[in-house]
Formats: sequence, C-alpha cells, structure tokens
Amino acid sequence: MTVTVDQILFLLSALVTLGAAIIVVTARNLVHAALALIATFFGVAILFVLLQAGFLATVQVVLYIGAIAILIIFAIMLTRRVMQDSGPQTNQQWWLAALLSLALFAALWAVFQQVPGLQNVTGTQVIPNDSLQRLGFGFVDPNQYMLPFELASVLLLIALVGSIVIAGEKQ
Amino acid sequence: MVPLSWYLVLAAALFCVGLYGVLARKNAVAILMGIELMLNAVNINLVSFWHYLNPQVMAGQMFTIIVLTVAASEAAVGLALIISIYRRRNSVIAEDMDLMKW
Amino acid sequence: MDIGQLIKDPLGTLGGLLTSLLASIGLAPGAIGVIEKIIGVVIIASFALVLPLFLIWFERRVVARMQDRMGPNRVGPQGLLQTIADALKLMTKEDITPTGADKLVYNIAPILSVVAIISMWAVVPFASNILGTPLNVGALYIVGVGSLGTLAIMMGGWASNNKYALLGAFRTVAQLVSYEAPMILSLLVPVLLARTMDLNGIVQAQPVAFIVAAPIAALIFFVTSVAEVGRTPFDLLEAESEIVAGFHIEYSGMKFGMFFVAEFLHAFTVGALTAVLFLGGWRGWGTDQVPLLGVVYFMLKAFVGYFIVVLMRTALPRIRIDHMLDLNWKFLVPTSLSVIVVTIVVDKLIQQAGITNDWARSGLLFLANVVLALAIFGILRRSARQLRAFEEAEGSGHAAEHEPEPHGQPAEAGAHAAPAH
Repeated sequence: MTVTVDQILFLLSALVTLGAAIIVVTARNLVHAALALIATFFGVAILFVLLQAGFLATVQVVLYIGAIAILIIFAIMLTRRVMQDSGPQTNQQWWLAALLSLALFAALWAVFQQVPGLQNVTGTQVIPNDSLQRLGFGFVDPNQYMLPFELASVLLLIALVGSIVIAGEKQ
Repeated sequence: MVPLSWYLVLAAALFCVGLYGVLARKNAVAILMGIELMLNAVNINLVSFWHYLNPQVMAGQMFTIIVLTVAASEAAVGLALIISIYRRRNSVIAEDMDLMKW
Repeated sequence: MDIGQLIKDPLGTLGGLLTSLLASIGLAPGAIGVIEKIIGVVIIASFALVLPLFLIWFERRVVARMQDRMGPNRVGPQGLLQTIADALKLMTKEDITPTGADKLVYNIAPILSVVAIISMWAVVPFASNILGTPLNVGALYIVGVGSLGTLAIMMGGWASNNKYALLGAFRTVAQLVSYEAPMILSLLVPVLLARTMDLNGIVQAQPVAFIVAAPIAALIFFVTSVAEVGRTPFDLLEAESEIVAGFHIEYSGMKFGMFFVAEFLHAFTVGALTAVLFLGGWRGWGTDQVPLLGVVYFMLKAFVGYFIVVLMRTALPRIRIDHMLDLNWKFLVPTSLSVIVVTIVVDKLIQQAGITNDWARSGLLFLANVVLALAIFGILRRSARQLRAFEEAEGSGHAAEHEPEPHGQPAEAGAHAAPAH
C-alpha cells in the first residue's frame, strides 16, 4: 500500500494532537498540562487546514490559543498552591474513568464498523472557491443562520458581564 | 487520500481522552481542560463531515463557529467561578467542594 | 532564460526552473512541492532574521541624532557592523539557567517569540507577485500569530522562577491582550473597504491609499500595534527603573538576544503592516511594467512607518499602567467601534448613490471621519469640563476643612511628643 503525502501529513498531525492530549490529562504539573493543551489546539488547527477549512483554522488559533489558553494559564497561576503541584493529580476513581473512556472508544469504533461503505468515503467533492463569502452570507441571511449568530453574540455578552460580576472583588 | 473514517476515529479518541481528563482529575482547572478537549473533538467531527459529505452547504463550518463561541463563553464563566471559589475556600480541588453533599 | 521574463515574474521563473531541475532528477510531484515550500520558508525566514541587523543600527543612529549625539560610528563604515559585534558578544556569553527554572519552557519561550514574528512575514506582499503565500484570510492570520508572541512572553516570565519576572509577565500579557481588541477592530476597516482579507487584495484595492479614507482607523491601528510590541511609550513591561526589566530578567546571552531581535523585528513589522494596509503597499509609479519596483516602494513605506515608531520612542515619556488601560478601554475601543459603524454606513450610502470615482469615495469617507473626530473631541471636552467642575467643588469643600489643621498640628505634635518620652 503506497502512502501518499496527504496521509503522512494527517498521521503526523494526528500524532501531535493525540500525544499532546494525553499529556494534558496525565501531567502532574498543571502549567505543563496547559502548554500541552496549546499544542493540542495547534494540532487541531493543522487538521482544519488539511480539511480545506482555512478560515476555521485561523479562528481556532486566534480564539483558542490567543484567548482561551491564556485565560486558562492565568487561572492556573492565580489559584496555585505549592503543595498541589506535587502528589497525585488523579482522584480515587481514576481506574473507573479509564475503563469508561476505553469502553466508549470501543463502542464508537463498533459503530463505525457497522456503517456500510464508510471506508469508501474519500472526499472527491469539490470545495467551492468562494466558501468564505458563502460563510459570511450564511451568517447574515435570515433564511439561513442569522438567528444562531445573534443568539451567540447575546450569549457572549451575558458571559462577559457574568464573569466580571462573579470574579470581581466585592467592595 | 485520507478516508473519512480516519478523521472520525481521531475525533473519537480525542473525545475519550478528554472524558478521562474530566472524570479522573482532581483540580477544577484540569477538568475544564478536559472539557475543552471534548469540544475540540466535536469540532473536528463537524468539519470532517462538512468536507467529505457536502462541502457546497456551509452549515458544517457555521455550526463549528457557534460551538467555538459557546466554548469560549463557557470557559470564561467557568474560570471566573473557579477563581471566586478559590477566594472563599482557598482550594480548587473538586473533592473539597462538598457543602451540598448530604 | 529570458531576462525580461525574469524581471517581470522572478518567483514564477525561478520556481519553474527549480521544478524542472528536481523533476529531471526523478522525484515525485508531491515531494517536489514539499521541497519547494521548504525552500520558500528558508528564504523568508533568512530575510526576516537578517533584517534586524540593519534595523538595530538604524534605530541607534536615529535615537542618537535626536539626542544630539553621534551613535555607533566606530565599528565598520558609519558603524554598520556594530550590530554584528553585539551579536557576537551575546553568542559568546555563558548560557545560564536559573535554579528551579522549568528547563523546557525556559528554553522554548525565546524561540517561540521569534517564530511568531517571522511567521507574520509569510503573508506580507512585497510586490504584486512576490509574496510568501496568497492566503485569503491574511489579516486574521496576522492577529493569530501575534497572539503566539503573547504566549511566549507568558511562558518566559513563568519559567524563570522569579517573582518579578512573573509579575512583569502578568502585566505584559494584560497590556497585550487588552490592546488586541482595538487593533483587531481597526484592522477591520481596510478589510471592509477592500472587501477581502487577503493582504495582496487589500493593496490592489488602494488606487487611493486607505489613509485618506480611514485616517482614524490608521492612527488607532498604528498606536495599538506599537503597544502590542511593547515599545515606548508603552514599555512599562521592561522599564528598568520600575520592574527591573520585567519578564526577561533571568535571560542572558543569545536567549535575551532572541527576545531583543523579536522586538525590533516586530517594530518593523508594525511599519510594514501599516504600509500594506493604509499606505498602499507596493503601489507606485511603474509597477505595472516592472513589478520588482514594488519591492522598493514597499520597503520605503515600511521604513517611513518604522522611522515614526523610533521617533515616538525618543520623544515620548512612559505611560503609567492604569492610564494605559484606561486609555484602551475607555477611549480606543469605543472610538474604533464607532469608526467601523460610520465607515459601514457611509460606504453603503456611497454605493447606493452610485459614486464610483475612487477619489470621490475616499474624500467622502475622509469627511465622515473628520465629523466623527470632531464629535469625539466634543464629547471629551464636555466630560473633561464636568470632571474639572466636580474636582473644583470638592477642592473648595476640602479647603474649608484643611484650614484649621495647620494651627492644630503643632499642638498635636507637642502632645504626641510628651508621652513618647
């Protein structure tokens, strides 16, 4: 079986993403876990590029790495106590959690085997040239997805006001 | 050519890793990181279905952007809660928040 | 090989030559593509890394002349080799890692800082057909890799195992993340006017430079980009007198050199981006016939921007951190939001009126910006008057209270002195 360049690129990015994700959930030092989370986000952005969704890859880097990851690092540093960095980071039911995750993965794998012809879907569809313009139009067209767009912006406003109220210092 | 099943398996694996992180970790911020991993897995799923099944309709990418937005707002509120809890109880271990247990 | 073809389309001709060469060796087309991309990356990265050698000399001479002294003029003709001497000195310094520092993160932070800046140069158009990659989301890509630089500073400050470095890193990240908001908003204005996020497309949509059509947005973008770099007047992050060099206290030798290079390259990138977005990029006389001339025009405009950044550094004092954050959230963000709204409304009206002359379009947008600026000044003046009236009312109330104190104090001091003995 000849391995094409596409497959090599996909395997490399998948390796980076999964490896970093495993470091996130098993690292003792929380800041190491946060940095591995950033590597995971970057791996997902590379996967988006491989899937011809360039705008989404850029938005992923800007939002997840540029905002959420920095927020998480700030939260780690503001809530850090020296004793917590050493010692086990998992609670008492970690073996049950591992079992559950493996069982879920096996179940999903079984579902994929059930679907007929899933191996043959190899993406020979043509990506439209103006996908970016279509995306923009889709968000402001009342017949398409204008309502979720407006609701998402209201949700962001609520989250902004709410987090300032919750985390602000009481005078 | 990369078949669709490879992307779906990768997304499933990422989701399960995130699930382990949520269920097995003590620190509340680490639990939140597991939730972010799960949301990223869902995003990979959505975009790969958009690419392989119907790239003419942009609904897949739009759904992904909405999920990203919801993830960002949820991370912000969650972290604000964690910081507020830390100020009162001086701890972010999830097991120590047991005031509502019977 | 046709010399005329080489001048008209240098990258295309050389690329075709390389492809035929590699194909004659017998490589698969996929591998040829990968090798060509790697060569392109090496060329851009080399250019971006060699440029600071000239930029640092330029800045030191300009700052010195503004301060009425000569600047480096001994090493090499006119002091041009001074930067190379400094780089050699930094390379021969001992490589110290502080005890307790996180080795991996400590070493990656300066590398990530430089990587983030060099990555920005992949989308900047030097001429109409000389650019790294024609990305159709170029403007958003620049914002994204800029935030990678912010991350590198955070990592550097935390990994140094030093309280002052951590504090400096916190304040730096607070400033950088705050100033990203008006930068992105003002970046949106040329994207709106050009109807595309592709930087080459934005340059091509500027028969009249966008600085005429959106002067307020240009000013806000320039100021916030300078704040993103961390240069004076926004350089509280590395103020020697206040926080002892901030997040790069524990860095010495070539690692500090990398942070240094990243800062200067970022300052020049600010000039280059302002040139591309607002001054017309590679546009000028004769670029239709000889596209290579575009490179000359672009570098000239970028150096004009860089010169203004250096002038700001010499002439302005440092802003205090609470003033800086107030300036951002209370002035720059509302102003940039209102600029976007005004630009959209006026542009739509112009479209509906059917005016297609570029100068007329830009002139009308310029008038709209002037009206908006006058309105903002009016609001600022009214609020300043209110503040002053409030303070005067408070001041006169306090003056009535303060008067009896000078008489009361010596008696108090005497009363306090007696029991102390």
